[in-house]
Amino acid sequence: MLAGVKPSCFFMENKEMHTIKHQKARSLYPTFERKAPGAEVSHYCPGCGHGTVHNLIAEAIDDLGIQDRVVFCSPVGCSVFAYYYFDVGNIQCAHGRAPAVASAIRRTHDDAIVISYQGDGDLAGIGMSQIVHAANRGENITVFFINNAIYGMTGGQMAPTTILNQKTVTTPSGRHAANEGFPIGISEIINSLHAPVFVERVSLATAPKVMKARMAIRKALRNQVDKKGFSLVEILSPCPVNWKMTAVESRRWLEENLEPVFPVGNLRDLAKGPFDRVDRKKAGRVSDRKILEILGVDEKEVHTSSIHLKEEQNVKIAGFGGQGVLSTGILLANCAIAEGLQTTWLPSYGAEMRGGTANASVNISHEAIGSPIVSFPNVLMAMNLPSLDAFEDTVRPGGCILVNSSMVPRQVRRTDVAAYHIPATDMANNIGSPQIANVILLTVYALVSGAITLETLQKVIPLSIKRKNLVNINMKAIEAGIAWLEENRK
Amino acid sequence: MGKHLMKGNEAVIYGALLGGATHYFGYPITPASEIAHAAANLFPRCGKHFLQAECEVSSISMLYGAAAAGARVITGSSGPGLSLMAEGLSYLSGSELPCVVVDVQRAGPGLGYIWPEQADYNFIVHGAGHGSHSGVVLAPNSAQEMCDFTYKAFELAERYRCTVFVLSDAYIGQIMEPVDLPRQIQSNPHKDWALYGDAESRHNLLSSIYLKMEELEGHNQHLQDKYRRMAEEIVDFEEFETADADYLFVAYGITSRICHSAQQLLRNKGIKVGMLRPKTLFPFPDVRLRELAGQLKKIIVAELSNGQMVRDVRLAVEGRVPVDLYNWMGGRIPSTEEIVHRLEAETGGL
Ligand SMILES: Cc1ncc(C[n+]2csc(CCOP(=O)(O)OP(=O)(O)O)c2C)c(N)n1
Ligand code: SF4
Repeated sequence: MLAGVKPSCFFMENKEMHTIKHQKARSLYPTFERKAPGAEVSHYCPGCGHGTVHNLIAEAIDDLGIQDRVVFCSPVGCSVFAYYYFDVGNIQCAHGRAPAVASAIRRTHDDAIVISYQGDGDLAGIGMSQIVHAANRGENITVFFINNAIYGMTGGQMAPTTILNQKTVTTPSGRHAANEGFPIGISEIINSLHAPVFVERVSLATAPKVMKARMAIRKALRNQVDKKGFSLVEILSPCPVNWKMTAVESRRWLEENLEPVFPVGNLRDLAKGPFDRVDRKKAGRVSDRKILEILGVDEKEVHTSSIHLKEEQNVKIAGFGGQGVLSTGILLANCAIAEGLQTTWLPSYGAEMRGGTANASVNISHEAIGSPIVSFPNVLMAMNLPSLDAFEDTVRPGGCILVNSSMVPRQVRRTDVAAYHIPATDMANNIGSPQIANVILLTVYALVSGAITLETLQKVIPLSIKRKNLVNINMKAIEAGIAWLEENRK
Repeated sequence: MGKHLMKGNEAVIYGALLGGATHYFGYPITPASEIAHAAANLFPRCGKHFLQAECEVSSISMLYGAAAAGARVITGSSGPGLSLMAEGLSYLSGSELPCVVVDVQRAGPGLGYIWPEQADYNFIVHGAGHGSHSGVVLAPNSAQEMCDFTYKAFELAERYRCTVFVLSDAYIGQIMEPVDLPRQIQSNPHKDWALYGDAESRHNLLSSIYLKMEELEGHNQHLQDKYRRMAEEIVDFEEFETADADYLFVAYGITSRICHSAQQLLRNKGIKVGMLRPKTLFPFPDVRLRELAGQLKKIIVAELSNGQMVRDVRLAVEGRVPVDLYNWMGGRIPSTEEIVHRLEAETGGL
């Protein structure tokens, strides 16, 4: 027995009580050193249900022979100090978060037996999201939910499970549905989900009912040992102090008032979980060598040549979202890397990408690149009119502007830059796909700037496109770009 | 060895997996989502664990649980998510559990927008969540450093049993640059304090509760001692042309890239400007700033916020030199030229 809970007085009149073991469970500490040296009395009030449930859980742990494997997640609430008593691995969790903590522990150790022990404020109030989602994922954990219809630790405030007209310090005239809503049935909510394997509501009102609670607690733990999945036991439990009753009165009140609102009984007991869990041990370790391979750590460099840049290239590529503006920038940056040059790529992103204009800034340099932002480009590739309108004036004198003239009905106005008006989309359509218009522009850029070589472009394209049947058409785009420049070079 | 062109956000996950990370828990948010995308793709393939949590309150609680169980854990998010994580971050510090948290800062307050800002500085650097606590704060300014800093974050987190933040911004998250990947995978050592669900670790307790005033004070002192040790052992920064500098830029993250370009342009114009870039924001390079203060005419702190790091710089120099703030908010990023012109105007050209 967990001393100090006064279970003897709690069950004094129930002779059946004596069927429950008198000896203290092995998974409870003989004395509560974490509370105080030599302490034998718990911190719970006389007649409190927490101590009874602690005893039942400890017995079940003993009988299942799982003491070494248990990790007990204690909540915020009166049972915050469960680690005083349970001689198992212990962790104390933030208010309501124990199911998330327990999920993660269980996902770290396949053989751990993880218990989330929570009150009604903790589980049904602040932690509603955590419990519902842990249950919905079918986490292989066991949850013991102590429903005492009140906040015990903080001095008797309303809980989500406080029943109508029940007086608490924050519902001094009783809970009214019109203001505070109705008491929440957690077992019913959890039972509405697909994944859980076991949901049962039990009561501590009488000794026979405690025996039922004992069975349910045992079952919920055994399920985890059998790796079946998520089990929850809701335990209607007295809080005589905050209910302002004696221990005996509180059990009667529990039976007469709580049980009608929260009917006891089993809501679900599946023989098998609804899905096969992944046993990470069996799934096997991935070797370090394999990880390095997956991450491409040993990949060979594509190609290195020694290009000499006349000046650092600050390139702005702009067009409609969907014109491949961002990927063209990535292709250019990849070519720069292949040339052994430094490069950065920065997208415009956000709402403007959806339907509006998008642009990418690419810098290419021999030196480490400072600001990756291209405010004043020396190269502009304008794929549509709004882009030319937006960026023409920002181009530095002496720079160059490449325009996809199929999409831009006007000429470049600036006279202090080199302008190339390339009907790239028309040319691309002639070859067979409008997608390759960018490659035509990039080809002309490569030739006039000398920043990347055509050989590099030809080598990098196949590495960067996913659909290999498009490689050929891209190579044709490069040829088209070369031909266009030959014809149009003055 | 080939360099990989990748986003800063993706580089985080390469750094994490090579750094021995075993678990990723997270919730999507722009401009940090590519971290979760890369993790969802790569963690399971590498035999590691990925789970999208229902919210950031849960993801940080999952970090708490898995870290307690001895895992190497990481999450990535942005301002609104970090606000929700405050509770868990405080618990992680209180229970001294190691974890790595990446904040790709966006513009705020409230929902703000996904443009870059550096306005989570106060929140992250001066203790995210309740209580007197901190974590190491690393400030990468390139995709390479997103990888490298995440890579080394796990070892630091375990050395000090603390949170290590990687504090970046929308641009450093979204930028693509060539990244040289670390060649060695770090292993996750056994921790004698962790909960393994076995006989050996059965007596372990992870908690932040101390009922006696003197014990709680002792625990707090212990944390503060740890933070002081960090200041001595791991403060890190980078300097450019400070030896003869009259003016000093102090900036981190994306702003440091722009300031560095401006600093070089100003030098070309004959103005003696140097620069100091903190790579750790906690601990802060205050000793070095104080040393430099004597020789300087002015320090210019550039940041994308209402002026948060500038206060730490002012505290560091103890009034020995005027400290100016160049700042931008709402996602606007200065051009190199804007900074150059502003300092030029102040100095009268020379
Ligand atoms: C975030 C947060 N909010 C509020 C509290 C204060 N608090 C401590 S326990 C508690 C209620 C616990 O009630 P319950 O879960 O029903 O457990 P009981 O004490 O009845 O066993 C509250 C509100 C807290 N610790 N943390
Ligand atoms: S306040 Fe209520 S729940 Fe808390 S220990 Fe006392 S009787 Fe138990």
